Amino acid sequence: MSPETSMINTSNLWLIPLLPFAGFLINGTIGRKFPRSLVSAVALIATAIPAAIVAWLWSVMLPAGAPASISVVSSPWIAITDFQVNFAFTVDHLTLIMLGVVTGVGFLIHLYSVGYMAHEEGYWRFFAYLNLFMFFMSVLVLSSSFLLLFVGWEGVGLASYLLIGFYFKKDSAANAGKKAFIVNRIGDFGFLLAMFLLIRNFGSLDFTHVFDAISVNPDWHGGILTAIALLLVVGAAGKSAQIPLYVWLPDAMEGPTPVSALIHAATMVTAGIYMVARCHTLFDRSPYALGVVAIIGAATAIFAASMGMVQNDIKRVLAYSTVSQLGYMFLACGVGAYAAGIFHLMTHAFFKALLFLAAGSVIHALGGEQDMRNMGGLRKRIPITFWTMTAAVFAICGVPFFSGFFSKDEILYQTFIAGDKVLWLIGLITAGMTAFYMFRLWFKTFFGEERFTEDHSHHDAHGVHESPAIMLFPLVILAILSIIGGYVGVPAVFGGHNEIEHFLDPVFSSGAVAATAGSHGLEFGLATLSVLVVAIGFFAAFFLYYKKPGTAASYAERFPALYRLVSNKFYVDEIYGTIIVTPLLMFTRLILGGLIDGGIINGSGWAAAALARGTGSVANRAQSGNIRSYAGWLALGAAAVLIVMIFGRGLLH
Amino acid sequence: MHTEVPIAAYLILAAILFSIGVGAFLIKRNLISIFMSIELMLNAVNLTFVAFAHQWHQISGQIFVFFVMVVAAAEAAVGLAIIIAIFRTRQTLNVDQVDLMKL
Amino acid sequence: MQLALFIIFGALAVAGALNLLWQRHPINSALSLVVVMLSLAVLYWSLGAEFLAAAQVIVYSGAIMVFFVFVIMLLNAGEEERTHGSRAAYLAGVPGATAIFCVLSFVFLTERHAFGGSNIGGYLSHATNNIAELSEVLFTKLLLPFEVTSVLILIAILGAVVLARKER
Repeated sequence: MSPETSMINTSNLWLIPLLPFAGFLINGTIGRKFPRSLVSAVALIATAIPAAIVAWLWSVMLPAGAPASISVVSSPWIAITDFQVNFAFTVDHLTLIMLGVVTGVGFLIHLYSVGYMAHEEGYWRFFAYLNLFMFFMSVLVLSSSFLLLFVGWEGVGLASYLLIGFYFKKDSAANAGKKAFIVNRIGDFGFLLAMFLLIRNFGSLDFTHVFDAISVNPDWHGGILTAIALLLVVGAAGKSAQIPLYVWLPDAMEGPTPVSALIHAATMVTAGIYMVARCHTLFDRSPYALGVVAIIGAATAIFAASMGMVQNDIKRVLAYSTVSQLGYMFLACGVGAYAAGIFHLMTHAFFKALLFLAAGSVIHALGGEQDMRNMGGLRKRIPITFWTMTAAVFAICGVPFFSGFFSKDEILYQTFIAGDKVLWLIGLITAGMTAFYMFRLWFKTFFGEERFTEDHSHHDAHGVHESPAIMLFPLVILAILSIIGGYVGVPAVFGGHNEIEHFLDPVFSSGAVAATAGSHGLEFGLATLSVLVVAIGFFAAFFLYYKKPGTAASYAERFPALYRLVSNKFYVDEIYGTIIVTPLLMFTRLILGGLIDGGIINGSGWAAAALARGTGSVANRAQSGNIRSYAGWLALGAAAVLIVMIFGRGLLH
Repeated sequence: MHTEVPIAAYLILAAILFSIGVGAFLIKRNLISIFMSIELMLNAVNLTFVAFAHQWHQISGQIFVFFVMVVAAAEAAVGLAIIIAIFRTRQTLNVDQVDLMKL
Repeated sequence: MQLALFIIFGALAVAGALNLLWQRHPINSALSLVVVMLSLAVLYWSLGAEFLAAAQVIVYSGAIMVFFVFVIMLLNAGEEERTHGSRAAYLAGVPGATAIFCVLSFVFLTERHAFGGSNIGGYLSHATNNIAELSEVLFTKLLLPFEVTSVLILIAILGAVVLARKER
């Protein structure tokens, strides 16, 4: 501990996860009896104070000369002869950005939920789960060892499962929860194997220990490091919804909208990217693993974007968009531009949370309608939602000087100068597709004729109405962030000096990937090119969905096979069903179920039961319930004991 | 007047009483009588305690008897209350008819 | 004197116990049990346990047995009838009881020389009386157990009240 850190009261770090946990315990145990206002008060306080602590941390660590990291260590948690894991938290600049996103966006979404869930059943349950999620997510980003990170990793998976299946009376929601959980399990399996390899080869799961060991041995390359890195990528692909494990995320939209915003857009799904960035020391030593990360990211980005172009459910469009944007972040990590990936993670958290919340506001206004074919013309009816959504749409599409513009172009530029022209092209095409489907959503929702009917006789009779202030406040805050969030990373070509890159330097400076010096002219050219591509996407959407609505359908009829393929999500679910699930089911039903379960296990069960019945029928006669017969046996037993004690003494010696 | 009674005689008397208690427990069918045979067994054991206390010049045996009496009093109170409850529900005190193991 | 006391009251105790066994009516059994207890009290006294003899008369015969008699009269259960509920009680129990008696007697008889005899009044370890000796141990070394017994009795009273209360 350096003298500066001793000035800082580090015990506050424990409060960041523990307060939400306390909120979860209070709401989860006795919240059932609370009035709704008290439930929301508990949940909001439990998230507001951590957010305040994180703000204080920023103020401590931002000035020059501040310590590069703050740590707190508890007593040992697991201690085996030469392997020890502590409850230990470390805050460095990477964690700080993640914490800012998690607690800040988390608090705003809690606030929004108070309004959004006001008329729902199980209000207390919802907030208890939401607090539980915040607890595990804070543990995930704060932890200073793989194992504690894994605790958070599993915990957010659990919270995600509980919240996706929140409306558990709907079969689709319950199944979506199970699907998310099981698909993530595949990724977790990879993560676990990676941890076993780490223990085997480093004897520790502590980040500093492992990464220092790698740093001091510059001749270590590939081999076991590649194996560990690839297994970690499997874990990250599960949590961050990359090919081939992305299938759970679109289904996760069954959960309430605030959940989609918090868990499946802003925080949990970025855990994979955070983990890859955290382990950059390891990945830098394994070009092969980095290549895999980049390819997975680029493939996922374009694949998900193509599926997002034909979805009609507003939340599903956003879900595919999330998968696609996560692909971008993976691509950034894969080309060694970790800072760019984290930068995009941050801006994406702002505008994607905003998109989801605004979509929730639209759904709220229409009384639960999620199909964009039944929307339209909402621009005048819900103006604040419209304007905030517009900010988010512009940001995600990369309209110049909105936040997404800086972060996405940074990724594309870094990809280009890393020499991966193909990946860069894929990223560029994806940018165009992104612009197309986002403006498609925008036009279909807010412009054109009104395609909805105002006979919603739900909780209030206003028909279409703007959401309450408590929901609009987070929207406005997030809109401001979506607009200005990019200015922390303005590259030199636009007159900034990319603060975020420098801010993250202490974390990523050990990265061995030397940035190839690109020229300002090249950067400017690439940015112009991507703006052009975005414009093409915008005009395509403008033409198809605003000028001449209906032309899209005719195009779809012209290429029926292609359209069917895309709108059925490339049949990925069906392929998985045929290749993995069905054989597995057949195997389990026939071999495991029929032979082993039915034959051996049940058979032995029957045999044991028959044996038990046989002895039982004998013993049954002893259990007559008659006190006198018991006393008789007791007397005989006492006599036997006496005899053994007195005459058996010689036998026993 | 110097006739000594061997301690063994007291012990055998206690054994006789104890065995009669066990026998009574087995033969009796009235719940209260059974309960009384338990008291008889307790008394027989108390007699051995006193006899041994006398033999070893130790007061502990007598202390033990004192505690046994206290426990027996408590046990009698609870046991008789249970018997009253059983009689209320079953209208009988015959153990052969009270064999469902529930009130 | 000691022998006379032992023979008279030992015989009386055995007779009372056997009477308890044979009588069909619980009241008779209870009264014969009182006889057993009183004779035992005399034996206690002859073995030098004066306090216990008094306690036996007051607590056992006086309180507990009166309680029994009270309950018998309250329930008015009448004579017990000879039912045949259990063969095991005879097949296993009677041999068991006999075996217990035989084994105990065998042990006491073979070891009888290890035990001494007994004189009237017993041997006290020092020249105080039996009650002083008892209470000295009870209120110094065993104070906590002694106090705990009061809690035990309180619990027993509460339990009896709860169990015997009329259901509403």
